[in-house]
Amino acid sequence: MARDSQGALVALNRFGFGGRGGASGDLINAASDPRGFVKAELARPYGVLLEAPGLQSTPQLGQAVFAYQDQVKQAREAAKAAAPIEAPPVHAPTDQKADSRLRRNLSLNTVATEIAGQMAEAKPADSATKPDAMQPTAAAPAAAKPSQPLNVIQKTFRAEALARLQRAMMVDCGFTERLVAFWSNHFCISATKGELARMWAGAFEREAIRPHVLGRFADMLKAVEQHPAMLFFLDNQQSLGPDSRAGQNRKRGLNENLAREIMELHTLGVGGGYTQGDVTSLARIITGWTFAGRKGQLGAPGSFAFNANAHQPGPQVLLGKTYEATGLAQGEAALADIARHPSTANFIATKFVRHFVADDPPPALVARLRDVFVRTDGDLKALAIALVDSNEAWQAPLTKMRSPYDFLVASGRLLARVPEDPGPYLNGLNLLGQPLWAPAGPNGFPDTAAAWAAPEGMKLRLDIASQMGARLGPNIDPLDLLEFAAGEAASVETRRTIERAESRQQALALLLMSPELQRR
Amino acid sequence: MIDCVENRLLTSRRGLLLGGASFAAWAYLPKFARAADGRDPRLVVVILRGALDGLATVAPIGDPDYAGLHGSIALAVDGAHPATKLDSFFALHPAMPEFARMYRAQHAAVIHAVATSYRDRSHFDGQDVLESGYAGPGRVQSGWLNRALEALPRGERVSSGLAVGPTTPLVLRGNAPTVGWAPVALPQAGDDTAMRLVDLYRHRDPALASALSQGLQLEKAASGDDMKPKPGNAVAQMRQVAGGAAKLMAADDGPRIAALAFDGWDTHANEGGPVGRLAFLLGGLDGALVEFENGLGERWRDTVVVVATEFGRTARINGTDGTDHGTGTIALLAGGAVKGGRVISDWPGLKPANLYEARDLKPTTDLRSVIKGVLQSQFGLSDQVLAQRVFPDSANARPMKGLVV
Repeated sequence: MARDSQGALVALNRFGFGGRGGASGDLINAASDPRGFVKAELARPYGVLLEAPGLQSTPQLGQAVFAYQDQVKQAREAAKAAAPIEAPPVHAPTDQKADSRLRRNLSLNTVATEIAGQMAEAKPADSATKPDAMQPTAAAPAAAKPSQPLNVIQKTFRAEALARLQRAMMVDCGFTERLVAFWSNHFCISATKGELARMWAGAFEREAIRPHVLGRFADMLKAVEQHPAMLFFLDNQQSLGPDSRAGQNRKRGLNENLAREIMELHTLGVGGGYTQGDVTSLARIITGWTFAGRKGQLGAPGSFAFNANAHQPGPQVLLGKTYEATGLAQGEAALADIARHPSTANFIATKFVRHFVADDPPPALVARLRDVFVRTDGDLKALAIALVDSNEAWQAPLTKMRSPYDFLVASGRLLARVPEDPGPYLNGLNLLGQPLWAPAGPNGFPDTAAAWAAPEGMKLRLDIASQMGARLGPNIDPLDLLEFAAGEAASVETRRTIERAESRQQALALLLMSPELQRR
Repeated sequence: MIDCVENRLLTSRRGLLLGGASFAAWAYLPKFARAADGRDPRLVVVILRGALDGLATVAPIGDPDYAGLHGSIALAVDGAHPATKLDSFFALHPAMPEFARMYRAQHAAVIHAVATSYRDRSHFDGQDVLESGYAGPGRVQSGWLNRALEALPRGERVSSGLAVGPTTPLVLRGNAPTVGWAPVALPQAGDDTAMRLVDLYRHRDPALASALSQGLQLEKAASGDDMKPKPGNAVAQMRQVAGGAAKLMAADDGPRIAALAFDGWDTHANEGGPVGRLAFLLGGLDGALVEFENGLGERWRDTVVVVATEFGRTARINGTDGTDHGTGTIALLAGGAVKGGRVISDWPGLKPANLYEARDLKPTTDLRSVIKGVLQSQFGLSDQVLAQRVFPDSANARPMKGLVV
């Protein structure tokens, strides 16, 4: 078959995470049949699932957090109870000889420590403080506080991140992983919400997103809205039906947060034809959707539970339709209807095309995907196939900007590195403003070139690319790498810029920053 | 990519980048001082990446063809920024007053019209030859400085080298153990890299060009030197790196051999003469030498710093007031152990017929001879070891005698 380098560039970058370096042959494989290369991953439905040793279910993780919190509490109380007896200072026996020798010239260790100390003083506003500032419960505390062992929450977060990163590094094209990232951002939670959210962030994606990425939208919607991570993130476990037994007892009532975001962000979209009354109705309908707490009264601690005591009794009218009082089934029926609402089809199709094709999505393509969504009752695999089969997706210019996550993963793939430590990636994401599983709001990370091609962001990307260049450049041939990244589709200017770099280190930095690597 | 992103975020304590095990092992090495004369020799190799313009750094002002070839950027011993006369023929760039002082104190020397065995014009391959010590590029993944370490009697003197920077330069890579150190806050992307990228974006992606340019300007404004055409931090970084390395080497149990690299010497456009871009970089190099002198203290007496680059630049300036990739260039020696105060050169002349391929300063000295001479005097390596193991197949490049006191 004829080699289609431009097609390969689109296949790997627009739909995937970029070509891998080394012996993968991604670019060549993609060039022989770009569409087939992208679609191959869709034929392996279970390939989207992510299982790795040590990754646990949401209830197991919830129980681990509860246990950890108990431990911390006990330790704090024990410390308070214990009288503060200080040990007498220990004096090492003085060795006169050693002393005089040391005085003449310091030891290497002392000098090294001293230098490091001076430098830290010299640069108090060092970027080292930045990730913590951006993310109170830092994703990578190992770098910030090397002496403290990681707690179970930090360990779990890192293990989940590592599994996701390793998968992204190893897949052929990465289309399904891109779909996972898309849906995970669409139905985002934030790990900064609290300890449970951080603990559950990875499991949420594994359990609620991945099984449905090539399945039905309605199933994903239900899985997401019933997942403890989402219920915790948007406060639904606190929401009580005003007329429910719990509501009456505790003099507390509705929290509309989840209901509003379901309609505004997850399904119908702003202007999708719902009113404040609909929001309140849906909020009532999903009262009682919660997760079992540490005492396990409603079920296994950390598992989804329907608390009938908190559920607003009676029928509810939502979007003009009456939903009878069927308990948990009332909300499930409502979600099923919202999932197949025409506004939902339109909202999802628009967002999908914006993510994969262009910030201003071609209307004809949006219309076609909306029709597919409606016709197939939200079959997300059919949606993905329709996108890949469209001519627009292959012909539209590569104007989208890689997000920081895509950029770091694409760089890692090109450099043929499978991470064993997620810390550097997490730090890089923090720096570049896309902390993993921690967007600023429930609307997720932005998805436009303007957001990611901002001046400060570009400067930081260049700094990171330069550091990658400095560290890894000496061992690579930058022109080989350009072949893996873009092959014949590389522009003359990019090729020349890399050829003329004054060092391999600089050449690698320039390659990683080239339009071929930044645009998709 | 792993470690590089992390480095940016290291706290001071982690900034040591020193592998705990290898670092600790260091403390148990026996005394290094040479029994015979009480010297405790040290060697620093500084690689200038990008191909330094030797003719602009140590100018052959006595050569009647120099001023014409180097045109608007040629140095002169008169005018507003006079070059420093080293002898009746050569003059030093005015941005290097400290090197001039060392030279006058006979602790610095210049070797001119020097080159490795590489005769093509790729930076990557040129640096590979310079650092690997092999006659051609891509032969090995070890460097001549590491193989020199290997050849030393183990535990007697120098048993490990210090790699300064985020990675071990090829020159110090190999079987002999090395320790690494990098300043806590790694240098940000070099100005030169940023300029090249903005240039690429201007041709291919104007939106990114605009965003990146703004980002760079924002940063300069934030660091308070937006009035200057170049940020002042490249010079500060060179000094910082050298100062840190010098302190580590000054320790009683510190490394005796170190290698580091400074980037940014590829001066295709607007190279500048007595002032300008090259002057700025040379000032940084000058400052780094002072940091070594100060930081090594008493040990400076036993130190040789070798400054080398992968190749030189065209003798004639190009159409953009810069120079393109050439061949012959200079090597610099500095340190209390250098038998200095001289420019060592078999001067080929700059007449068109005397230029290499009618465009470059013709190399008349093999850089390997210079380095072999230093290694032999400092560490007592034999001709045979130097010709076979350190610089394979280099018997024809005899060690240069008398470079070290």
